Amino acid sequence: MNNFAFNVERFFDILINKGGYKEVLEGLLNTMIIAVGGLLIGIVIGTLIATVRVMPKYKAAIRVMDKICSFYVGFFRGTPMVVQLLVFYFVLLPLLGIKLTSVAVAIVVFGLNSGAYISEIMRGGILSVDPGQMEGGRSVGLSYSTTMLKVVIPQAVKNILPTMGNEFIALVKETSVVSFIGAKDLYLTFQNIGNATYEYMVPYLSMAIIYIVVVCLITVLIKVMERRLRKSDRGR
Amino acid sequence: MIEVVNLCKSFGDNNVLKNISTTIKKGEKVVVIGPSGSGKSTFLRCLNCMEDPTSGSIIFGGVDIADPKVDINIHRQKMGMVFQHFNLFNNKTVIENIMMAPVYVATKKLKKQKRNNTLIALHLKKGTPEKIDTSVQKIKEQAHDKAIELLKRIGLEDKADAYPSSLSGGQKQRVAIIRSLAMDPDVILFDEPTSALDPEMVGEVLDLMKDLANQGMTMVVVTHEMGFAKEVATRVIFMDDGRMIEEGSPEEFFVNPKTERCKDFLSKVLV
Repeated sequence: MNNFAFNVERFFDILINKGGYKEVLEGLLNTMIIAVGGLLIGIVIGTLIATVRVMPKYKAAIRVMDKICSFYVGFFRGTPMVVQLLVFYFVLLPLLGIKLTSVAVAIVVFGLNSGAYISEIMRGGILSVDPGQMEGGRSVGLSYSTTMLKVVIPQAVKNILPTMGNEFIALVKETSVVSFIGAKDLYLTFQNIGNATYEYMVPYLSMAIIYIVVVCLITVLIKVMERRLRKSDRGR
Repeated sequence: MIEVVNLCKSFGDNNVLKNISTTIKKGEKVVVIGPSGSGKSTFLRCLNCMEDPTSGSIIFGGVDIADPKVDINIHRQKMGMVFQHFNLFNNKTVIENIMMAPVYVATKKLKKQKRNNTLIALHLKKGTPEKIDTSVQKIKEQAHDKAIELLKRIGLEDKADAYPSSLSGGQKQRVAIIRSLAMDPDVILFDEPTSALDPEMVGEVLDLMKDLANQGMTMVVVTHEMGFAKEVATRVIFMDDGRMIEEGSPEEFFVNPKTERCKDFLSKVLV
């Protein structure tokens, strides 16, 4: 037990007196930037793909787009995130001669990856909205896209919010793999602290606590959003 | 006003409508009746291409709207539709439901005018710039005033900011009717407007429809309300098995049906 107390003491010494907290904050910030950026890109890509996939398939162009989208979803759901990160960072970027920081690459790859998952969540959400809503919009002369954007998708979003919360939480925790391409996130920071002292228990426990706190905050945030969106259900 | 020529509709191998031709004139109130599965709802939904006809044409305002190349949205603005299940936008308040289409159409037109004028000003296009005497703000105010006026007509102006989920069925259907009225349509299509209502609420919806009929609105109504058909219709169409079996004035249809099928149907319906 003495040993544990000593380890805790040394850990806080590194954290506070030797400026370790700055590193931790930077790591936390990177983790959140990657997760939030990935989620935002994912929502845009996911919504676009979902919209294409629920469109009536009369026109050849839409059928082709549908095939492309289903290939995209198949590819990004079929390969591990780590592999996508490695391929993107070490193969694709040098091949195209583009220079990007590892955090930027992580945001893009997380966005592309979560876009594939969110598209299926969104598609389920859109299909859960009564088809009569679309008919109502079309009957007054609104176009398919306007009705989709103003009427169907807002209702779909309300239905899928709990699942989207899941996706966001998974995304936050999954950022721990970005250390593979050297992006400095929460995990890499605490690993560095552990490496410096050859003692891993205290840093890793602290890391777990930070992840739990972040996830709890997200859960609360989603609940608040849900309550606000449910406004139209209860009536007034 | 609407001319239906050789309209056919099939879902896969199931031929729902078989060669229907008829003309609906301005000011007519056409009531379509018939047993379930006779294709009367499909017929109505084909009139504004909510279902794409398999073959045949629907001439509305001199244009064949069954042609997939036609911009159907423009024509639907002049063809209101009222559904069995109301189909109000659940995520919008009552007044937003009513204002949405008029605001959308007017702002779209305004944007187009502005774009045109910019192109002309930049010498990218020939012509004289149109004078723009409106703004998005004005359009919204006008639509709002009109929506309030329509709500007053049905006595629901105090529900303007309520969501559809807090309205009764009859109130929802009346809002749905004035939502289609907000576009100043030439004709309104009613798809079993009272079938999903509590018996108590049927009256208020039918009253509003009668009111519209008296003002000269062209109406096509699919319904099981024989009383309404007798009272309001200028023409009754009887459909069975995807065909128009009989059509005529309500007097001759209800009193003196020509075909056996109609007699049979009426004997079961009118007790």
